[in-house]
Amino acid sequence: MFPFKSERLELNYVFLHSGKAVLNILISFHFIICCALLISNQVAKADVVPNLQWAMPAKNYASTRFSEETQINSANVKKLQVAWTFSTGVLRGHESAPLVVNDTMYVITPYPNILYALDLKQPGGPIKWVYKSNPERASQGVACCDVVNRGAAYSDGKIVFNTLDNHTIAIDANTGKELWKIKLGDINLGETMTMAPLIVKGKVLVGNSGGEMGVRGWLTALDLKSGKIIWRAFSNGPDKDVLIGSDFKSPYPSEAGHDLGIKTWPADAWKTGGGTVWGWISYDPEQDLIYYGTSNPGTWNADQRPGDNKWSSSIFARNPETGYAKWAYQYNPHDFYDYDGVNENVLIDLNIEGKPRKVLIHPDRNGFMYLMDRTNGKVISAEPFTSTNTIEKVDLKTGLPIMAKDKETHQGKLVKDICPAAPGGKDWQPSAYSPLTKLLYVPHNNICMDMKGMQVGYIAGTPYVGAEVKIKAGPGGNRGAFTAWNPVTAKRVWSIKENFPVWSGALATAGDIVFYGTMDRWFKAVDAKTGKELWKFRTGSGVIGQPITYRAPDGKQYVAVLAGVGGWAGAVVAGGLDTKVPYGGLGITNATTDLPLATNSGGTLYVFAIPDVVR
Amino acid sequence: MITHVKLACECLIAMLILVQGLAIAEGKVITRNTVSSGHVLRVCADPNNMPFSNHAEQGFENRLAKILGQTLHKQVKYTWWAQRRGFLRATLNANQCDLVMGLPSEDSMVLTTAPYYRSSYVVIYRADRNYAIHSLDDLQLKKLRIGVHLIGNNSPPPAIVLAHHGIINNLVGYNIYGDYRQPNPPLQLIKAVVKGDIDVAIVWGPMAGYFAKHEPIDLTIVPLVNTAHDNLPFEFSIAVGVRKGDEAMKTQLDAALLLNKVAIHALLDEYNVPRVAIVQHPVTVAFRD
Repeated sequence: MFPFKSERLELNYVFLHSGKAVLNILISFHFIICCALLISNQVAKADVVPNLQWAMPAKNYASTRFSEETQINSANVKKLQVAWTFSTGVLRGHESAPLVVNDTMYVITPYPNILYALDLKQPGGPIKWVYKSNPERASQGVACCDVVNRGAAYSDGKIVFNTLDNHTIAIDANTGKELWKIKLGDINLGETMTMAPLIVKGKVLVGNSGGEMGVRGWLTALDLKSGKIIWRAFSNGPDKDVLIGSDFKSPYPSEAGHDLGIKTWPADAWKTGGGTVWGWISYDPEQDLIYYGTSNPGTWNADQRPGDNKWSSSIFARNPETGYAKWAYQYNPHDFYDYDGVNENVLIDLNIEGKPRKVLIHPDRNGFMYLMDRTNGKVISAEPFTSTNTIEKVDLKTGLPIMAKDKETHQGKLVKDICPAAPGGKDWQPSAYSPLTKLLYVPHNNICMDMKGMQVGYIAGTPYVGAEVKIKAGPGGNRGAFTAWNPVTAKRVWSIKENFPVWSGALATAGDIVFYGTMDRWFKAVDAKTGKELWKFRTGSGVIGQPITYRAPDGKQYVAVLAGVGGWAGAVVAGGLDTKVPYGGLGITNATTDLPLATNSGGTLYVFAIPDVVR
Repeated sequence: MITHVKLACECLIAMLILVQGLAIAEGKVITRNTVSSGHVLRVCADPNNMPFSNHAEQGFENRLAKILGQTLHKQVKYTWWAQRRGFLRATLNANQCDLVMGLPSEDSMVLTTAPYYRSSYVVIYRADRNYAIHSLDDLQLKKLRIGVHLIGNNSPPPAIVLAHHGIINNLVGYNIYGDYRQPNPPLQLIKAVVKGDIDVAIVWGPMAGYFAKHEPIDLTIVPLVNTAHDNLPFEFSIAVGVRKGDEAMKTQLDAALLLNKVAIHALLDEYNVPRVAIVQHPVTVAFRD
């Protein structure tokens, strides 16, 4: 199953005992082996990043979050223990993934966005250096859903990350020295930045947050060396701003036409149209395309923005050099429910009905799992992975969702039991894909909502009438689940019910195990084939971070994850919301009133290992 | 006759509240809140949001806080925070202060005092335009360029009613958050009327009244009255908001508001705040104690 495993282990051994002199050779070895491995496992060839342990939150450009490490496996994971811990000193929601490059671990915290470098050569990972980005205090007041950060990225000796107050910063990975810092947005205009950058071909790709604040969404490419802006692609407005040119090929008639980023909106509504880019980006070197989604449409009440509102709640495939779009597809035309399209796109190659296909898998907020041809944007299948009733089905001929009319929301109208609720069948929390089991492991929600008539709100001195959104558990009573999904058959293989929304990322390994965390303070390892629970550990605070695994200088495999509850689902704890108010935190508090009993806030890194593992 | 009875009742209740309020002000209840000292009235407010509040304490809510502070023998201390989504979460409900001066009395996030004024959305336009618009049913609105505030993903009720009337494409949105570096971001909508970028604006009354007074040209303000087929309210009662459960603070404030009723009306007049009769009787709420 793993023909290159022994060679790889040997190389690691050499690497670990010979110091940095051989680093480059080893990386190129790793490079080749990694490619061979991945091809052998039919993961997209996208995955050619030198194997530097864990250099980006999604592990690789294909966003599989799959590690070929096998020291810790389904047979011995029950012996996993805490090796060391580290407090970040920050109390808000910790959504980021630690990075491990060479002998150093990098941890980025939520606001105030502190970057720690921890020395893995020494026992217990002492601090090597700390970089404090000191974002503007007022940025906390702009962020919609806790002051999170979803991670940093490593490339070419630099750690790059975004701050809540819209700076992208590159830090020398060795010294902690700031190399460049560029301001890309303005908190005074409602913008923040929370996403993890992706670095492709010497370009740092970053996007903004703030779709509810009248922000116009964009993705920008920065020069990794200087931080200079190379291109910026807006999600709405004229084609020249959206970077739609002659290369653009519409997968469906509904996506074809000139300046749809203007024409699918009333008057000038696109100017505050949202479509922010706060989620994940993937890259396929073979197609030379990046893939990412856009947020819900902004600012205007749905009744006031008739039309598809392009390109909100959509996916773009773009050339990373020029930024120009090759294709785009809108998951949720004229979004009613706050269904962002920003969730991860996992790039894999599959055999479907006997034919090899280059696909991407995207679990959308709307509760449907999209399997798409990543070369042209055509939907191969779209099936619900959790409780849904807003969309009856996705028409594969037109690409359009067939909406359930009885669940449509309008101002002042009472609609009960809308599934999924606004945070979606799944929010930002990223899935993992194992090329061994050929399953996608999906951390997700099972929540529905009532839009109950009218609620009086008051902002900047002005009363307004919003919908009372009351979020509650979906069918079955469990608010979250961890599901293994077969993308070929478009069916659930197994699913683990969880009491709270599963707001953490997933990690899959060649040891046939999958890791995820829960808001009620369990970090778990389950059998990749069956979902059987093999190990769990009680963390101090709930887990909403992204677990990773790496080989340390001592030759042992470690698993690391940040605990520290928060995020939208954890706002009730991180923000100290009043649980007696059912409509606080955009409706989420009603669904999580018991969370303060299950967890307190507080950011801690946990690093696990098996003490006597055979290396 | 009925009016007289009502007035008599009001006086009696005012006396009751006064007695109760003062007793609490000097007594044990204040120690309940360990963070706030007995001599300080902790207020959360937006530092850049006239006519309501600003850092120089020139807004009518700043002035009202001062009046209430004087009555309760407390010094007003501010925590400044831009009034945006999460404002209450980060301020009042994070125990950064004990009250927020102006919130709709129906606000479910907080405990509110009896309302101290009620206003409505208004239509505002240059007096030289002579539109004579009286309601949202006016057919002129189908053709005029109408400015409205955008509030996150919500809209003011009149804007939604216009949408139900099919008035969509001639609506222009002005983000209520605006550019926070500029003074009073919501003011841009009124400025647009003065400049002629838009023909009419639909604005919350207190903003319209205050800004109209300070513009060099005459502006006509027409309070919006709900017609039978509007399904959303245009009028709102405004109260002081305290943390849920802080009945002691509410009682003190209710008493202080009632004591200063005349001064408060004079203050609102000074700021040209258009008002409508308070429908919900202000005193009945206090009876819960």
